[in-house]
This record gives sequence, structure tokens and C-alpha cells, in this order.
Amino acid sequence: MTDRTAGESYLGKGWGLLDWLTTTDHKRVAWLYLFTILGFFLIGGAAATLIRIELFTAKGDLVRPETYNRLFTLHGVIMVWFFLIPSIPNTLGNFLLPLMIGARDLAFPRLNLLSWYIFLFAGIWTFGALILGGVDTGWTFYTPLSSLSNSWVSIAAMGVFFAGFSTIASALNFVVTIHKLRCPGMTWFRMPIFVWTLYATSLVMLLATPVLAATLLLIVLERVLGLGVFDPAQGGDPILFQHLFWFYSHPAVYIMILPGMGVVSEILPCFAKRPLFGYRLVAYSSMGIATFSFLVWGHHMFVSGQSVYAGILFSFMSYCVAVPSAIKVFNWTFTLRNGYITFEAPMLYALGFLFLFGMGGLTGLMLAATAVDVHVTDTYFIVAHFHYIMVGGAVSAFMGGLHFWWPKMTGRMYPERLGQTAAMLSFIGFFLTFAPQFVLGYQGMPRRYYEYPSEFQTWHALSSAGAVVLAASYLMPLFYLTWSVFRGRRAGGNPWQATGLEWQTASPPPAHNFEEPPVCDQPPYAYPPPPVQPDGGQPDRGQP
Amino acid sequence: MKDSVDSDAFATRAREREAQDFAMWVFLVSETLIFGAFILVYLISRWQFPLTFAEAARETSLWLGTLNTAILLTSSLTIALAEMSAEAGRRHARLLLVLTALLGAAFLGIKFWEWFEEYRKGLVPFLGLNFSYGGRDPQAAALFFRLYFALTGLHALHLLIGLTLVGGAAALWPRIAAEKRGQRVTALALYWHFIDVVWVFLFAFFYLHGRALP
Ligand code: HEM
Ligand SMILES: [Cu+2]
Repeated sequence: MTDRTAGESYLGKGWGLLDWLTTTDHKRVAWLYLFTILGFFLIGGAAATLIRIELFTAKGDLVRPETYNRLFTLHGVIMVWFFLIPSIPNTLGNFLLPLMIGARDLAFPRLNLLSWYIFLFAGIWTFGALILGGVDTGWTFYTPLSSLSNSWVSIAAMGVFFAGFSTIASALNFVVTIHKLRCPGMTWFRMPIFVWTLYATSLVMLLATPVLAATLLLIVLERVLGLGVFDPAQGGDPILFQHLFWFYSHPAVYIMILPGMGVVSEILPCFAKRPLFGYRLVAYSSMGIATFSFLVWGHHMFVSGQSVYAGILFSFMSYCVAVPSAIKVFNWTFTLRNGYITFEAPMLYALGFLFLFGMGGLTGLMLAATAVDVHVTDTYFIVAHFHYIMVGGAVSAFMGGLHFWWPKMTGRMYPERLGQTAAMLSFIGFFLTFAPQFVLGYQGMPRRYYEYPSEFQTWHALSSAGAVVLAASYLMPLFYLTWSVFRGRRAGGNPWQATGLEWQTASPPPAHNFEEPPVCDQPPYAYPPPPVQPDGGQPDRGQP
Repeated sequence: MKDSVDSDAFATRAREREAQDFAMWVFLVSETLIFGAFILVYLISRWQFPLTFAEAARETSLWLGTLNTAILLTSSLTIALAEMSAEAGRRHARLLLVLTALLGAAFLGIKFWEWFEEYRKGLVPFLGLNFSYGGRDPQAAALFFRLYFALTGLHALHLLIGLTLVGGAAALWPRIAAEKRGQRVTALALYWHFIDVVWVFLFAFFYLHGRALP
């Protein structure tokens, strides 16, 4: 602690609370976001734990049915809007984007801070509404239930609406930064894939979030003024709500997963010591995903009563959106082929991502087939599918990225063994939690039920046991990462010998990111062939 | 040179200005989608009840609507002039901003009056206010008027924000650094024109629609 290079690093001076709450340094704002979203993750996780304990036995013996409905609403709303959507972009993205393109800061530093305040406010507001009011509509706020349920629905929907402003502000900031602040030599096709995915994500945010905002506003108007746009009794149309909602929320899935793909595209080449295979294709496919994601919302509505032709069209389009994702998976696999792979914690998380996202994607394809979808709609199959994508995919990538860039953010290494253990545990825990849910769903266990026939007990018990392991694996890093900030080994500028501008400055970086204005003179992922050690072993990359 | 940038991220003021203009454009695309979603709802409803919507649209006041359109278009002109003279560093930029704000306020005033008239005619189908529409399908006509109030309300809210910003800039004019005035007014003007364009659509949807029919 005492030997922190005072005044030099961005962590150097100004440790008062006020210094942090008024900072406009993107690196410090990233920390503000990190603390806030981790708080929300704990809250959402606690709700998930209660849900899983309730479902451990077939009888509804822990909570009353209303409480159960409130619990899964709380879990879904918090996890989706206040954890997953901001997780990677606003923490890792905020910290790294300017560093990766050689800029001194984001284009609008004050807007960046403001968007954190809006986010914090919206989060507290929504959480308050969910706790005080007990909203039971689920995170989708489907009408007609949400038009009729208790009046806290409006307040909760307003909270999510407010959060949208923060999303739009960050996205605007990122897009402008990427367009206008790349350092000399940093052409579009020299940008790291992580930057590409942030760009694609931001575009989706800018185009989809306003539609969500409008939809939520309509719900509120419907409830407060009796607008009657969705209420059939007044000439409205509830299916319309589903169209508007999924027009946002399907792209939102890619808001959650694209940044994760970016993180993995940084980690895999680094620990395979190989350039990313098919770099341009991966960049294009990010944009492809962003575009296609707007055309497939109807696959959430196969059973809503939309026309058969719409169903077929949406089914077809959904297959199309799988293509760019598949391209990415192939490119990652090819990067690993012939690589000089080592298994540090970030790499373990990234490999976990590859596998779990793969499974989530494949089951997604099953769902895109109307015949299967109609069978498993609203069963645990769906729950399992989206947890594979959102937790197995996005959360794994987030954890991997946090470990990968931790040395850059803090200047310290985390304990490698513990990191590897946590990564493996999370993989095992995840598998145990969610694989049984595919079986449950296929056997007909509906989602959102607080008790069930006792035949399902075994699979549910397995799933609940897995949740304990998963929870433990998420809590572990909390302790050893905190420990490492004070006691960890010094990292040096580039502990992984990775390419990328962010590794060319000190760890932690100085307040203005670089001592000298950087120039980019290399293609991305220019990994040199690793030097062969005399004894034929791998080079030791733990040293600074 | 350096000291006049708002953010250290930029090496020159010109570069920063480019970024700020770009940001405004991107923001407006995003705003378009908010209105877009509402307009989509309107179009779908109109497609469901074509005759009623045409009939109900004849209940709004064509005169007041046209007057307001003229006022708003004029204000777009004044703010464009304000932008030009701010760029040229002339003094009456401030005056033109004040004029724009006044025109905007006039629009809002007329709009409130119009809403009040509609309330008196019994065309407000929510909040338990009385709705006494005598046409063929009051149910669908109610949908029309709900959309009318939602969309014109959203538009008025945007105009109110624009008005506050323009008025604020005019009030604080001496405190804005001379080299930043042009940029500031350009951003305001873009936003103002956007509000204007949205209104043109609303005018067509809620006032002109159905008038040509027998
Ligand atoms: C500790 C791990 C977790 C467990 C055990 C868990 C468990 C559950 C359960 C049992 C449900 C209720 C399904 C239903 O009846 O509809 C659920 C729903 C949901 N979970 Fe999780 N979850 C976990 C982690 C997460 C994470 C990390 C996220 C997102 C980041 C997430 C997002 C969701 C969403 C969006 C829903 C849907 C709620 C709804 O149907 O309205 N979960 N989860
Ligand atoms: Cu979808």
C-alpha cells in the first residue's frame, strides 16, 4: 500500500469519498459501476437462492405463492436490467475502451458520470418498488396482467424506463468515442474485437432502448390515464405489447451477450498465443448480429396467436441470426487449434463460455423451430436455455474479463490457483444447476410454479444443489480479488504478454492513460511465435 | 487552443465540436425511435379502424392545428437564422433565440387552449373525464383520442425541454464563451428542427387525415 506510486496512477490521489463521487475519469467511473452492479448481482442472487430453496421440495412450503411471484420478478428485473445489461459495457468497457483505442478519456466524461448517477437512482427506485410493492408480473411486464395487477407495476416500469436513459447516454458516449477518438494508426480494422462488440452493442442500445422506453411509457399511461392501447376491453390489443416488447428485448439479448463475445475474443488469442483466426469475419459478424437481431423478435410469440406466416418467417429469420454467432464459434475454435494453450483462470472462464454458450445457442436453434417451441414454451426448457446464454455465456465472460484485466485495473495479480479453482467450480456448479432444467422442461415442468408434482423432485433437487456450488464459485473471487488489491504480487505493465494498446501503459494506468500519446503501428493480435524453452516447456508468463 | 475544450480527451476544439455535432445526430436517431414506436401503434390502430379514425380526425381543430404548424415552422426559421448569426459571431443571435423561444411558447399556449377546448367538447377519454363522442364507434374513437393526447403530449414535453434549453442559452448568453456559441446554437437548432419535423407528421395524422373524404 505504502509504495503506491502516489500522484502517478489514476488511483493515486484523491481518495476522499467526494473525489470518487465527482470523478470524470472513465477508469474511476468504471469502478463506481462495478460496485453498483455487484450489489445488484448479490440482491438478484439472493432472490435466486430463495427460489431454488423453495423448489428443493415438491410442496410450496417456504414462501406463499404471491411471494414466489414477487421473488422471480425481483430476480428477473434486477438481473436483466440492473446487472447483465450494464455489466460488461459499463465496467470493463468503460475502463478499457479509451485505453484500447489510445484515447485519453471518453468523448463526454461528464455525461459518463451522469449516466452512472441515473443508473444508481433508477436501480434504487426500481428495487424499492419491487420490495415495497411486490410486483408479480415477471420481468416482461406482459399485459393484460400488468394492466390489471397492483399499481406498483407503474412505479417499477418507470424505474426501468429511467435506467434506459443511462443506457442511451453510455451508448452515445461509446459510439462517438470510437468514431472520433481513435489514436493515429488505429484504423477500424486494427481495433480489438472487444471494441467492435462494444460498438455493435451501443448501436443496438441506441436503436432498441427508445422502443422499450416508449412501451413502458404506454404501460404507465395505460394504468394511470386508462389509455387503453393494450386493453382489449377498450379497443386495444395485448399482442401489440408483445410485439413492441420483443422488438426491444430480443436485441437486448445481444446487448447482454455481444460484449461477452468481445471479451472472449481478447482472452483466447492471448492464452493460445495465436492471432485471432479470421479477424475481419469476427468483426463483421458482430455487426451482422446487431443487424439481424432486429428482425427476429417474433420467435418469442409463436404461441401468441400471430399468423402462421409470421411464425414461419420469424422461424426462418431466427435461423439466419444463428449464422454470425456460428461464424464466431468456428473462428474461436480455429484460434485454439495449434495454439500454445495455457490454462490460467481467464482462459478457463473463456473456455467455459465457449462450451456453455455453444449449448445455449444449440438449444436456441431448437426453439427457433416452431414445432419444438410449441412443445416447450413456458417450461423450464426455456429457463435453462436463457440461463445458458445469460449466465453460462455472459456471466462467465464477465468473470473471465475481470480476471484478465484485474492486473491492469489494480496493478496487482490475483492468486492464480484460487482463480482457477473458482473458474472450474463455476463451470461444475453451472452445469449441475441448469442441465437438469432442460430435462425438467422437456418432461413438462412449467416455469413460474412454486410447487410441482413429486416426480420432478429429483431433478429439482439436483438443480438446487448445483446452485449452492455456483453461489460459492461467485463468492470466492469477492474475497481473493479484494485481498489481492492489498497483498497481491505486482503485475507490471503487461503480465500476460498480450497485444493491444491497453497493455502498453503502466498498471494501473496514469490518470491520462498514457505517458506519451500512443501510436498504433500493428495489426491486432500480432502474437509472436512463442520462444521455445531449452527444456521444451512453455515460457513462464506469470512474471512481470 | 487547448484550454477551450470541454473534455481533455480532445486535442483541438474543432475536433471536439465535430464529435458533439455527431453525438447530437446519433441522439436524434434514437429519439426518432421513441416517436417511431408510438407512431407504429397509431398506424396499426388506424389500420384496424380505418373509418372511425378518419371520422374522429375531423373532430380536431384544423384551424388551430394549421396555425400551430405555421408558428412552429417559423420558429425553425428563426433558430436557423440564430445559428447562422452565432456562427458569424453577430450579436443579434441572442435576439433570434429569444424570438424562437417566444414562438415555442406561443405554440404551447395554443396547444393547451386546444386541449381545453377538446375537454369541453367531451373528447378526453381518460382519467374519468367525460367522453361524449357521438360518432359511429365511440370505442375506437376513444382509442384515436387517447393516441392523440399521448402523442401530442409527448411532443409538447419535448418542445418544453427544447424551450427551456433555448431560453436558458439566451439568458446565459454572456456567460457562454464566444468560441462555443456557434456550437451551442447548432446543437439546439438540430434538436428544434427535430421537434418540428415530428409535428409535421402529427399534423398529418391527427388533423389532415380524413378531411379530404366526403
Ligand atoms: C445462482 C444462479 C441462479 C439461479 C439458481 C437462478 C434460478 C432461477 C429460477 C428458478 C428462475 C425462475 C424460473 C421461473 O419460474 O420462471 C429464474 C428466472 C430467471 N433468471 Fe435466474 N437464476 C440464477 C442466476 C441468474 C442470473 C445470473 C441471471 C441473469 C444474470 C438470471 C436471470 C433470470 C431471468 C431473466 C429469469 C426470468 C424470470 C421470469 O421468468 O420472469 N438468473 N432464475
Ligand atoms: Cu429472442
